[in-house]
Amino acid sequence: MIMQDEMVLTSQQEIAHHIYEMKLTGKLVGEITSPGQFVHIRVSDTYDFPLRRPISIASIDEDANEMTILYRAEGNGTKQLARKKEGDVLNVLGPLGNGFPVEETKEGETAILIGGGIGVPPLYELSKQLTAKGVTCIHILGFQSAEVVFYEEQFKALGETYIATVDGSKGTAGFVTTVMEKINQDFSTYYSCGPMPMLKAVQAMYAGKKGFLSFEERMGCGIGACFACVCETTEETDKSYIKVCSDGPVFPAGVVSI
Amino acid sequence: MNRLSVQLPGLQLKNPIMPASGCFGFGKEYGKLYNLSKLGAIMIKAATLETRLGNPTPRVAETSSGMLNAIGLQNPGLQGVMENELPWLEQFDVPIIANVAGTETADYVEVAKVISTAPNVHALELNISCPNVKEGGITFGTDPEIAKQLTAAVKEVSAVPVYVKLSPNVTDVSAIAKAVEEGGADGITMINTLLGMRLDEKTGKPVIANKTGGLSGPAVKPVAIKMVYEVSQVVDIPIIGMGGVTNVQDVIDFLSAGASAVAVGTANFVDPFVCPTIIDQLPEKLDELGVNHISELVGRSHR
Repeated sequence: MIMQDEMVLTSQQEIAHHIYEMKLTGKLVGEITSPGQFVHIRVSDTYDFPLRRPISIASIDEDANEMTILYRAEGNGTKQLARKKEGDVLNVLGPLGNGFPVEETKEGETAILIGGGIGVPPLYELSKQLTAKGVTCIHILGFQSAEVVFYEEQFKALGETYIATVDGSKGTAGFVTTVMEKINQDFSTYYSCGPMPMLKAVQAMYAGKKGFLSFEERMGCGIGACFACVCETTEETDKSYIKVCSDGPVFPAGVVSI
Repeated sequence: MNRLSVQLPGLQLKNPIMPASGCFGFGKEYGKLYNLSKLGAIMIKAATLETRLGNPTPRVAETSSGMLNAIGLQNPGLQGVMENELPWLEQFDVPIIANVAGTETADYVEVAKVISTAPNVHALELNISCPNVKEGGITFGTDPEIAKQLTAAVKEVSAVPVYVKLSPNVTDVSAIAKAVEEGGADGITMINTLLGMRLDEKTGKPVIANKTGGLSGPAVKPVAIKMVYEVSQVVDIPIIGMGGVTNVQDVIDFLSAGASAVAVGTANFVDPFVCPTIIDQLPEKLDELGVNHISELVGRSHR
């Protein structure tokens, strides 16, 4: 169930250049149903920055009632978030949206998880849940440069992990697709989150394979009421837009026109 | 005695608070969060004759104490609203104000005629002020004579009272208000959004795909208050005021300016519980002001 929770910040640190890891505790954690869901956060109590910021959930610790979010402090709102300290209370709406279907990959099967930049975080909880049920996960993570690479060790602890950087300062020089071309591993499912051009390239390269993509769009309400974050579907019979926030953000490959 | 009840043409409101059109969809999403019967009324998202897909994305952008939107009247069309949206809302004890939009007079008339027959639609809100569509919308709201004619045409076919939603993007809002009153409007809702633009810091290009958008949120409240203050003194029909309402004091301000009821828009996106919160806080606010009934506050800025 969606709730508006006053969550307490338990820790925050910059883990890569402008990339922050924030841990929050509150009742909302108990409502999260799948990896890839997101929360909508008010960055201040005032209306100076009125719109909430949608941020995906990177990991859940149900026993501690704690969730981790990873975000890039780039705009004014996320810079506000980066200033929050331990003990601060944040107004968080969530959990929102439909996440990645873990059940689509069976025990003993292999899944490839492809993330780009700030699209990487939700894949971490996904990988945790997939590996816990006996799925072999291969991670392909793309970043601009070495200084913004994060969670490499965490992903490595779960499975084979490849890093690609656009400037070649770490791992394979190039994009996630550069790595994908080199891997001849058979797999049953792929899951991906990242910028639109990356999703497009991934979907094209894995055409015919079972896959799930998580999309991003500027949002208003985050619950499906304002019709801001729509994307076009590919089905010619039903040309209606679908909403990233409440119909997605995860859609099966081929559903969204990209 | 219900201290918050308000009676307006077609509307018996248990309190003067309602979500504004376009900021609440057709209620389904908020209905999961709280009981919609708590609301004074609901202004549902604009309905057009045919399904509209709306504008390309990005459709929203944040601004200082506000936001720009250019959704473009995306809606499932008259038939979809009649068959799927309005019947769902019947489970709640709340009057619906149906926002009617179109690109030409015939569209408005057809939508008004049909939607006004829905059992839970107690009033229409004639949208002559949407700034985000290429045809219709705001063009009907900027010329007094055209606004008057459209109001009269819709009044002729509507089974329920007609409120006209005014645009602030005019030189003389009072002239439009008087014209729609002459055209037979039963009430006025105001204000719609102010046209605006935000540029991307790096590229210098407009952030919103439609280039321009409608500005809403606390940033527009002073404009709305001034216009309600002005219009309420030149017309005899009631006003439902809106524009940047986020809390109970904003509601008091709109009532004081001359509105009889108040709609909450953008704030629903920030705090989905803002309407019930304000409703709960109103009685205490009346005590604070030494007022028995909310209607005593209406227009006190110019009495």
